[in-house]
Amino acid sequence: MLREWLARLILVILLLATGLSLAAAWKARRAANVLYARMPENGGWTPSDLRATVGEPLTIRMTSDDVTHSFAVGQMDWPAVDIYPGEMSAVTLTFDRPGKYTFYCTRWCGVNHWRMRGTIQVSATEPEAPEKAEPPLYVQLGLDIDAEHSARFLPDRTPSAGRGAIMGASLPQKYASREYYLSHSPSEAWQDLRDESNLSMRSDAELWDLVAFAWSLQTTSDAIAAGEELYRPNCAACHGKTGGGNGVFAKELGDEAHSLDGHAIAAPAIFSDPENMLGASPALLHGKIVRGGMGTGMPYWGPIFTDEQVWALVSYLWTFQFNFDLEAKP
Amino acid sequence: MPLIEKTSRLVGTSAERRLNLARLPWLEWWIKSRWPLLIVRSVTLAAFIFTILAGLVGSPVGSHNFAIIFVWIAWWTALKLLFIPLGGRSWCSVCPLPMPGEWLQAGGLISKAGNANGFGLRWPRRLRGYWLASGLFLLIGMFSAVTLTDARLTAWILLILLVSALALSLVFERRAFCSYLCPIGGFTGLYAKTALLEVRVIHPAVCKTHSEKTCYLHCPWGIYPLAMRDSSQCGLCMECLRVCEYDNIALNLRPFGSDLAVSQPKTGLDETLLALVMLSSALSFSAVFTGPWGWLKSAAYAIGSPAWLAYSAAYIALSLLVLPGLYALAVWLNRNAGGIGKPLKRLIAEQAQPLLPLGLFTWIAFTIDFAFPKFSLILSVLSDPLGWGWDLFGTAGASIHPAILGAAPMLQVGAVLVGLFWSVNLGQRRVETQQANWRAALPVAAFSLLYSLLMLWLLVG
Repeated sequence: MLREWLARLILVILLLATGLSLAAAWKARRAANVLYARMPENGGWTPSDLRATVGEPLTIRMTSDDVTHSFAVGQMDWPAVDIYPGEMSAVTLTFDRPGKYTFYCTRWCGVNHWRMRGTIQVSATEPEAPEKAEPPLYVQLGLDIDAEHSARFLPDRTPSAGRGAIMGASLPQKYASREYYLSHSPSEAWQDLRDESNLSMRSDAELWDLVAFAWSLQTTSDAIAAGEELYRPNCAACHGKTGGGNGVFAKELGDEAHSLDGHAIAAPAIFSDPENMLGASPALLHGKIVRGGMGTGMPYWGPIFTDEQVWALVSYLWTFQFNFDLEAKP
Repeated sequence: MPLIEKTSRLVGTSAERRLNLARLPWLEWWIKSRWPLLIVRSVTLAAFIFTILAGLVGSPVGSHNFAIIFVWIAWWTALKLLFIPLGGRSWCSVCPLPMPGEWLQAGGLISKAGNANGFGLRWPRRLRGYWLASGLFLLIGMFSAVTLTDARLTAWILLILLVSALALSLVFERRAFCSYLCPIGGFTGLYAKTALLEVRVIHPAVCKTHSEKTCYLHCPWGIYPLAMRDSSQCGLCMECLRVCEYDNIALNLRPFGSDLAVSQPKTGLDETLLALVMLSSALSFSAVFTGPWGWLKSAAYAIGSPAWLAYSAAYIALSLLVLPGLYALAVWLNRNAGGIGKPLKRLIAEQAQPLLPLGLFTWIAFTIDFAFPKFSLILSVLSDPLGWGWDLFGTAGASIHPAILGAAPMLQVGAVLVGLFWSVNLGQRRVETQQANWRAALPVAAFSLLYSLLMLWLLVG
């Protein structure tokens, strides 16, 4: 009998040791404050709201439970940190200003990748008067960015800023102004140019070239390059590398199976479609990017991109309609 | 007492020399005492519980979870490369699945109080054999792509197996689950005939005069050692050695494949079917896990989808129609060419023998391809069993030496060729035993050759 009890004791000790060591590990794990990255269908970031204090380093240990993700904080120029399945990554952040920061995934982890967002609430060490945020441009201009905005006039060929530059002297000054550029679509600009008496002898195509030239005056090659850099990792998955609305996720976007809220995701905008693009003003595009598509599946980028980055993106989007190469001549 | 003895075979006429390990002075206590086995079984049970919990609470990323790596890489590889070739059903002696039920049945861990708990019913005669084990293996095989990568599913399967074994042990006598249901038991039992170890009676005359049959009464598998034809049902628990009053049972070291050399194998169609299911599974798994076809992997992974249904249907058809059909054709040609008078059904059952080395070595080749590149993960999960970013032993970032991977194709070709040669040799011997024309062996040999070529194409082609 003694042998039997000894045998049972050995078994119980082994099983208890197994259970207790796992329980201790589980407890330590919960205290370790790990940020889990999962595809939005599987829960996205957990936890999705972090807290930090100005000037105090915040170390985040991260792991992925499914595919490769990447961690980045919006509007900050910190490099993104890749998060591999089952492996632990870490990043230490120190914020110098209070506010609500958005962190997000920069890897195309799935159709709903764009919804993989979280926030870091950074509080000040001492109470500060909150900064008053300026409303976005489309609000200031009173634009309804959800309204239909098809172009009324379309060019027969790709408008060229280079060809337009040759006629640049005849372009009235107001078309070169920032204010005019922001609030008018290319189609509206073309119509206004058509009404200009000094341009009445210009052909329709020449006027489109002038529009392209006017638009080119509002950007730089560096801004366009910066916009392209942003477009490829953040927009091309849906809108397509060439703006054709045919990115790798485009086919799946309309599939309700991928919808997280029961609503089907709308087909992405086609930037290479003149009717769609030439009817949109820069302020409208800026607003769409900053605010998102509101129910269409288009994510909001306001907390992610700086204003400068958004304008760089807008500049790049025009390259799907205009040839901005000033050296290009007929 | 002699270490090397002549062991009489109950079936057949030969008396072969064997090394009785139970008589080696330094090994005798380890074999005959219940304590070493109890300690090992307790450890494997604790490890099993840990595996289930790791699967449930650890990282869902399979390559970083102990449950996936230790079950499907370490244990599954060890089973095929170590436990079966060396000890046949030796894994069954330490397998944690039947332990709780067996202890409840016996009323103790180390002292045996007889049938203490449970109804002790006999397993229905109609359900005996490998039929159910074959079906369960096919069922698990249909879900293998997900099971092998999903730690949660693996944990649930292990838990279901544990509970099933416990429940059955409370209803039926002895190891009913292991004998008739366990898909792994079917696998190991089938290939146990090739193993190096066997438990056998030393002097049959002693047993014949012993009326109490203590060995049979204490055997968790319900085997009477004197009547044992082969090692397919012996779990090597050594209980018969411990209780034999005449020290008349041996743990023999024997040549590989001794059970396959018998002239009148008493095998049934269930064994042939299981052997063919194992061949078809090795073929299917090689195509899915090591083949270059992404669509096939996707289909096997997308459980419930039309693609998965098509994959499952193809896997079942290959296992139950295509390979059995081809094999039946080969045996039919064998029967006609050799002028063998036996009924085809009997002949198909007897001809399972050449399939065993073919299957075992094919599985070894598949394992080399599937598991070798992942061996570094074993060291990795030892340091971080739950995928929580630990590095307990400094091996979390371990990587495998490329030379090992470089040698893998040669080892695979070698394994398949050994299996093929052995299979053809066995087929030839069967024909000789039946005193038939040597050409009669060709159809079955052609089947083995065709299958081996297909496997080689999948593995190294």
